[in-house]
Amino acid sequence: MRRAALIAVPYAWLLALFLIPFAVVFKISLSDIALAIPPYTPTAKDGIWAMLSQLDIENIVFLTEDDLYWKAYLSSLQIAAVSTVLTLLVGYPMAYAMARAPEAWRPTLLMLVILPFWTSFLIRVYAWVGILSNEGFLNQFLLWLGVIDTPLTILNTPTAVYIGIVYTYLPFMILPIYSALDRLDGSLIEAAEDLGCSRFKAFWLITIPLSKNGIIAGSFLVFIPALGEFVIPSLLGGSGTLMIGKVLFEEFFSNRDWPVASAVAVILLLILVIPLVLFQRNQQRQTEAGA
Amino acid sequence: MDQDQIGHLSPDWGAGLPRPDFTLRTETPLAETVFAPWDDADEKPLIRFRNVTKRFGEFVAIDDLTLDIYEREFFALLGPSGCGKTTMMRMLAGFEDPTEGAIELAGQNIAGVPANKRAVNMMFQSYALFPHLSIWDNIAFGLRRESSDKVAIAARVEEMLKLTRLEKFARRKPHQISGGQRQRVALARSLAKAPKLLLLDEPLGALDAKLREATQFELMDIQEKTGTTFVIVTHDQEEAMTVASRVAVMDEGRVMQVATPTDIYEAPNSAYVADFIGDVTLIDGTAKARSAPEQDTRPAEVPEVSASPEPTRAPQPNALGIWLHDKVLAPVIGPRKDIVRQLPPPTAQDSPKSETPPGGVEITWAEGQPALIALDGDQALDGHAVKLALRPEKVTISKDKPQAVNALQGKVIDIAYLGNLSTYHVELADGTMIKAQTANTRRVARRDITWEDPVWVSWSGTAGVVLNT
Repeated sequence: MRRAALIAVPYAWLLALFLIPFAVVFKISLSDIALAIPPYTPTAKDGIWAMLSQLDIENIVFLTEDDLYWKAYLSSLQIAAVSTVLTLLVGYPMAYAMARAPEAWRPTLLMLVILPFWTSFLIRVYAWVGILSNEGFLNQFLLWLGVIDTPLTILNTPTAVYIGIVYTYLPFMILPIYSALDRLDGSLIEAAEDLGCSRFKAFWLITIPLSKNGIIAGSFLVFIPALGEFVIPSLLGGSGTLMIGKVLFEEFFSNRDWPVASAVAVILLLILVIPLVLFQRNQQRQTEAGA
Repeated sequence: MDQDQIGHLSPDWGAGLPRPDFTLRTETPLAETVFAPWDDADEKPLIRFRNVTKRFGEFVAIDDLTLDIYEREFFALLGPSGCGKTTMMRMLAGFEDPTEGAIELAGQNIAGVPANKRAVNMMFQSYALFPHLSIWDNIAFGLRRESSDKVAIAARVEEMLKLTRLEKFARRKPHQISGGQRQRVALARSLAKAPKLLLLDEPLGALDAKLREATQFELMDIQEKTGTTFVIVTHDQEEAMTVASRVAVMDEGRVMQVATPTDIYEAPNSAYVADFIGDVTLIDGTAKARSAPEQDTRPAEVPEVSASPEPTRAPQPNALGIWLHDKVLAPVIGPRKDIVRQLPPPTAQDSPKSETPPGGVEITWAEGQPALIALDGDQALDGHAVKLALRPEKVTISKDKPQAVNALQGKVIDIAYLGNLSTYHVELADGTMIKAQTANTRRVARRDITWEDPVWVSWSGTAGVVLNT
């Protein structure tokens, strides 16, 4: 009985804060825009049956007809995927170096990775505006070095978005990989070398496969939030960067078209469910293997 | 394992895949001749440590060490933790390089040759099995690095699986098998490439006592079958004694003694070795040469003196027997002769000290105690401070004064009951403790020596080893 009550708590939480809001959003996505408060029709005031009978999938059909939306989805997927790979390329060596560092240094290194979380995410992204703009620190520095003659245009390009995403989500990549590498028994590498592997071969055949779970976990932790990312593309990406988070924001706040915005959100969630389920299965397999 | 397979496992196979031929090894099996290449001046050692020193910063792990290990030996490096034995092994494997000196493998200096280029394989203490690979792939791992001949690899893996009796587990992952099986996988994997030299780092440390014992014999068996040179690192002296053809006892980066297990135990060259290997009582004293033997050679066989406490009596009738005899048999066979029948008096051999063979040294060690005689003692030690090392099992304990070369009186302070053996701690008048061990051939209840009993401890003239201090 008490166990059931204990399990009920997280489920009640999920129900109240995820499932019910999602049902509301889903219902709105099936409604029509209206000049009213709230700005859609029908509402529950019309009576439950009348409300349900007036719902249709018009908005979802609309999303497939206007190419803005599927282009935004595809571009988001691409940006999220590319940034995940970039984050992995930057994060893996860092995690590897941390795991190989002297025991005494590791807590400090770990804290340094987490340190950025102590400042607001928004402020940190704003800081990048100051760094990447034409008159920003990066261009000033490169001009001073004499590497370039004219300032590079980085801000308001996809490059800036990639930099922002990699920077923001790097800790989410480093931490799971570090924890996988930290558990790796050093004698396995020695055994591989003893059996005829070069350093690199031992890394490729032993270290990489044994940190696979960390790589997968880190990649999902970066890919999933990056897909719906709104702040980074809108602050660093300029108008040229098409991302679904930004589209959603504009539908909701600029167009005040709640039904279309809701439809965008529902589709986004459906897209995210696939990697989420994969991630969940990976985690589960990992716990099973560990047991 | 038939003859053909023994041929497969010959060490010359290591050069590379595919294997050269399937000829049988025709050399004489080990059992027929005594295996002692270290006594043969013509024999070339497989491994040669030449004045090797290894420092980690200020710390000297190996101190000017010179050592030869011969082909087909099962060589044990034995010592307490931190004595440098693991460093020696890691230098052989190629994970460390000596700071000074040279290590030769088959006549080649191997300093600077990386681990993956050495014909040396290692079995790790933690086994270091690759958890993401099956048993089969673990064993094939080393073979795949040097060859792409799938058929040859598969044949060799199957052979190793058979050798270590793991055929049934080939498809499992390391976490799906038991500790003993994992140990065998590690062995199979390190033997698969048929190395010239196999290093075993505390190979049985993770196994429980029973399994460990069984595995020791298995290791010896596999070593003999494959003819590979094994170097084993262990801190367990019993394990080293069981498996090894020779043992090197190490302490603080130096080799204290290299000898066969028998010599290490029976003829340790220092108090450290005597104390490290097995149980020992060390008695400090001063040596004095005894008169030299009259013949040019000492008697080869020094009799072990019987410590039998009293002349054994023949069976005597009890009260009922006497009554029966007097009342029933006397009229028929005549009166009973009430004599005590005894065994003949002791022969000259096991008689008093005056009969003790000459030679050796005697050790004065305490006021008011007789000097201890060691017939094997080196007469050159005359006048030196020495230690007499006595193994408990060579010391006899008895209630009555025995007729032995060395006999001392004391009191039982402690009894350590080990099941098959009991060790008595006997305190002498001056406070010296001597350990004496007896085999428990009787049940406990029937043993007659117990705590606080006054007893005699005695040992023969050859039981003790005189060590220079």
